[in-house]
Amino acid sequence: MNGSSLINNADRIFILLKLWVIGFLPAWMQQAAGVVLCVVAIICVFPGLFAISVLLERKGLGRMQNRLGPNRVGPYGILQPVADGIKSLTKEDLVPKSADGVVHFLAPVFLVVVVFMGYAVLPMGRNMTLVKMDAGLLFYFAMGASTELSVFMAGWASRNKYSLLGAMRAVAQMISYEVPLLMSSVAVVMITGSLSLEKIVEAQNQYTWGLPHWYIFTPWGFAGFVLYAVAATAETNRSPFDLPEGESELVAGYFTEYSGFKFAEFFLGEYVGMLSISGLGTTLFLGGWSAPVAFLGWVPSWIWFFGKVMLSICVFIWMRGTLPRLRQDQLMNFAWKFVLPLTMLNLFVAALWRFMGDGWERWVVCSAILLLAYVLMARVGFKRRHIGSRSYRYAE
Amino acid sequence: MLGEGILKGLAETARNFAGSYVSAERLTTVQYPEQRIAPIEATRDFPFLVYDGGDWEKGLRCVACQICEKECPPKCIYIVKSTDKKPDALGKMQIYPARFDIDISVCMSCQICVEVCPFEAIKMDTEFELSTTDRFGGLLLDRKELAKSNEHYHKIHPTEATEVDARLAEEKVKAEAKAKAAAAAAAAKAAAAAAAKPAAGTNETAAKPAVAPGDVATKPAGGETKA
Repeated sequence: MNGSSLINNADRIFILLKLWVIGFLPAWMQQAAGVVLCVVAIICVFPGLFAISVLLERKGLGRMQNRLGPNRVGPYGILQPVADGIKSLTKEDLVPKSADGVVHFLAPVFLVVVVFMGYAVLPMGRNMTLVKMDAGLLFYFAMGASTELSVFMAGWASRNKYSLLGAMRAVAQMISYEVPLLMSSVAVVMITGSLSLEKIVEAQNQYTWGLPHWYIFTPWGFAGFVLYAVAATAETNRSPFDLPEGESELVAGYFTEYSGFKFAEFFLGEYVGMLSISGLGTTLFLGGWSAPVAFLGWVPSWIWFFGKVMLSICVFIWMRGTLPRLRQDQLMNFAWKFVLPLTMLNLFVAALWRFMGDGWERWVVCSAILLLAYVLMARVGFKRRHIGSRSYRYAE
Repeated sequence: MLGEGILKGLAETARNFAGSYVSAERLTTVQYPEQRIAPIEATRDFPFLVYDGGDWEKGLRCVACQICEKECPPKCIYIVKSTDKKPDALGKMQIYPARFDIDISVCMSCQICVEVCPFEAIKMDTEFELSTTDRFGGLLLDRKELAKSNEHYHKIHPTEATEVDARLAEEKVKAEAKAKAAAAAAAAKAAAAAAAKPAAGTNETAAKPAVAPGDVATKPAGGETKA
């Protein structure tokens, strides 16, 4: 009895903390203060996670390249993000003379604001959603799509050809991958029958023989998750899809003309966006805050959510350490000729799964369709064309 | 199969990641200020002036001929000739540099000064920790800062320094032999002249050969080093 109440309190610790704080305020203020408190918590927690993931990234990439990574600031270099932050705060903030000052200033601010808006609908634990919105997924994608505007503002206002080229590339890439990102999530909506992220998590928070009903453990869910992961990587401009900010050809792309704290804001926006899209992927396919096995249900739900998000970040880092950057045409071909058709097919498979009943047949049929499509599309789409040696008609 | 290569790549990076914690040999980087690796023998950055013996001012090989100053492409060398002379390595009286400055913020480490020097007086150093808080004065090295012993040269470029020493020793032997031969020839000539002519003419004829040995000795010495 005592133990179970302790577990219950651990699960609700942030909610209890909020209630305790707003208890000091008069009744008419409590509602508003509670919301403000949650917003402040989100604004504090995710930059903290951003610092941790930057450190993880630098150390992890170093290890993958047989280096030690940063190891000078603090024990084992753990204070490196602090040093980076102080450095970017004290650097000179340069604005090009011919740049559009207002838009140049607004672009990073807008990016950070929009990226944080996405967190409003993410369920980060049991009863830990800031806004319980029925169309939460729609809201999230509306906010996610706005980041393109900020990128283009930055590129256009800088009045620099590299910035503009980078922005054009980024917008083209983000719009192309927005479609498969949405399409792969639609399959989840079709099965759950709701756009509410809370309901999507609830639907996955069931167990058969101690194993969870996460969508990733179904054929369409697995395919959807992989496609979602690819599209999310491209959407956040992460390696191997990081060509909008390719240092070697575009001198950092759309934020070429940004320095000091504005650059740090872009950096923050990128990582917080990565955390947020990982959070959405977790919610849609990895069961959100639910435990991976039934008997671990007593562990606080928020631990599972943040654990899964950080795990996804590690996979992002692993990908970055492994894959080289794609070319623009490869990127577009991959989006329109491979990822998008597969997500379309996945919608059909999800529908099939829904109407084939509970038997084992649907597992076989759905897996077979997806596997066959994958193999065939890879064969056709990625066949190497042998062009042969070049022949000249007029010259010798 | 599509994706196979990606999985292989992921396995490789994972192996590196785990391996870097297990075996220290994998880590290729050197933790610089604490750990150092010996520079390879061909390392070079900025020139220095070689001196023989214990006293840098006395043993400086440089004779302020200004060839390096004229050949230096970025013009980073500044030399002022001395008005007096002092004995050089061969014991001959030579001019020495009253000032010899190299601005290492201008120097491009091309080694042309080393190649043109007929006296093996200027060589390339390997010292690279030259950062300073004074960007003008701190990077303008005078002859005292530039002077480094032949032992230092042996330490940083052993093979090259041994060759240079052998060449200098050979030249010294040759110069001495030539001087001796010239002196002997002069003495013989003087003796013959003294025997042939009366005492009135001897002073004049004896004076000329006495100067000659020095002239004869320096010219070939300079020519051989250049070759």
